[in-house]
Amino acid sequence: MNWFERLLPPKVKSGAGLGKRGVPEGLWTKCPECSAVLYRAELERNLIVCPKCSHHIRIGASERLDSFLDAEPRREIGAQLRPLDPLKFRDSRKYKDRLTEAQKNTGHNDALVVVKGELKGLPLVAAAFEFGFMGGSMGSVVGERFVRAVGACIEERIPLVSFSASGGARMQEALLSLMQMAKTSAALTRLARHRLPFISVLTDPTMGGVSASIAMLGDVIIAEPNALIGFAGPRVIEQTVREKLPDGFQRAEFLLEHGAIDIIVDRRELRDRIHVILSMLAGGDAAQAANGAPTQRPAAEGPDDPPASH
Amino acid sequence: MDLNFLDFEQPIAELEAKIDELRRVGMGDEVNLSEEINRLQKKSHKLTETIFAALTPWQISQLARHPQRPYPLDYIPKIFTDFQELHGDRMYADDQAIVGGLAHLDQHGVVVLGHQKGRDTNQKVVRNFGMPRPEGYRKALRLMQLADRFHIPVITFIDTPGAYPGVGAEERGQSEAIARNLYAMSELRVPIISVIIGEGGSGGALAIGVCDRLLMLQYATYSVISPEGCASILWKSADRAADAANALALTAERLKQLNLIDAIIEEPVGGAHRDVDTMSKSIKRVLIENLNELGALPLDELVQRRHQRLMNYGIYQSQE
Repeated sequence: MNWFERLLPPKVKSGAGLGKRGVPEGLWTKCPECSAVLYRAELERNLIVCPKCSHHIRIGASERLDSFLDAEPRREIGAQLRPLDPLKFRDSRKYKDRLTEAQKNTGHNDALVVVKGELKGLPLVAAAFEFGFMGGSMGSVVGERFVRAVGACIEERIPLVSFSASGGARMQEALLSLMQMAKTSAALTRLARHRLPFISVLTDPTMGGVSASIAMLGDVIIAEPNALIGFAGPRVIEQTVREKLPDGFQRAEFLLEHGAIDIIVDRRELRDRIHVILSMLAGGDAAQAANGAPTQRPAAEGPDDPPASH
Repeated sequence: MDLNFLDFEQPIAELEAKIDELRRVGMGDEVNLSEEINRLQKKSHKLTETIFAALTPWQISQLARHPQRPYPLDYIPKIFTDFQELHGDRMYADDQAIVGGLAHLDQHGVVVLGHQKGRDTNQKVVRNFGMPRPEGYRKALRLMQLADRFHIPVITFIDTPGAYPGVGAEERGQSEAIARNLYAMSELRVPIISVIIGEGGSGGALAIGVCDRLLMLQYATYSVISPEGCASILWKSADRAADAANALALTAERLKQLNLIDAIIEEPVGGAHRDVDTMSKSIKRVLIENLNELGALPLDELVQRRHQRLMNYGIYQSQE
């Protein structure tokens, strides 16, 4: 070990934490957008948004939840669920091996992490995709965790916030993955019947099956600046239409302009903005409870309760 | 080579050509060739059975997209009566990649929906090869809501390579249109039956495929991605499509084993396109059976069962 290495704090040397999850490790980091050389600590203070050009560098599920939720209390939901390989899927590599590698690299056992916690004292459930885990792809465990997130929200009468970062359905679970789109979307009908808000935050990238299910079903849909969001990937579209795609195509700003999302919010303001929105959406419910109205809707599943329009 | 036959069907094509020729020669002639024709027909039938008994998933994928494969507009007049096609999403356009309307199934009013691919070049373009844009899904949703309002069942025929990957489709919210349908179909208060008649292409298929009963023709496929797409991503070569078709478990047989579909509707020898009448009769019979069963359920229970069915999708391990 030379004199310089001795000076480095242990976290930086081992490359633990952020480095493992796709963000360049070390004391200094180069912004992939503007190439500015950034001091790691300053970058972390900015929630991994480049302080020079405001580029929102991708972050993993742990960093996302850490930066969004209050430090305490936190309880993970669905942590006991593990992926299986029901089809014995094998391409150039075995699905089993891909899973093991993704688990080792990300420290998560599948691509969605769900935590019940608080946002400035407001209890809620937050779900974050881990893009580093097989491209944040949605398989059986992701679907089931999302459904359990919805279940926890209904049980405790608290809102749901999800942060999507996904390439879509997980091919290695074939049609089982496709069905997760229907499963997760159906779960959201229950949340709406209980008049509980669902905030969907689209981060870079939100594509395919995740985009065409939960991501686009938020009561309020927020995107991070410049996030790539769409159904078909830009390369597939380019091959189909055989022309160059317009600048900014499928970026958050493009979706805002076309009326597909509500707002674009800087990562550093997400806590404040979501807190304000939730405090207003919870208003009706809180007022109802104060007036002695039942907080549970007994007829929610009954014939007299028409499906909530969403 | 006969273009109406696939590679593995060529031996059948040759025999059929021979039979046709004998028929032409025999016409108006004193020579009686009917015995020979009979013999060859039996041989052709037998050969077809043999070939079709051992199809690979990749061959089935090709069969599902066979140029002669019947489309919804081929089946609808043979299964239903009084079909009234209804057009448009009331917002932007009428997407002809999805057809829909009201029809009678025996005496019962139903809403019928389906992907329509188009047979000749002109129709293929009009139908966009059966790849819907958002307005197609929104038209479907509008018609499903019509069914809900008037308490009539919904029957959907699925046959699409996928939702259209185009600039306009993205601009108008392809993702949102699909997501909205998944959401709305899961709580629609009428019976929904979906039949995969050809190619069940991913989210573009599922967007009219959330249902109480999922039926599949024997040589149809249903997959999260096309074999070619999967091969080019995971094997880095579209030439490995046959391997991908195998791995993706996209055939009716495999999906039934995985409990992802409810029933397989058997096809006539040589596939649905060889005998559309017989195929239509089978589909009609199965549709009526299932509608009777679903119609007997109270609506709350119907919707509750559909929800439970959706929640049960997925195979994972729980380490409690």
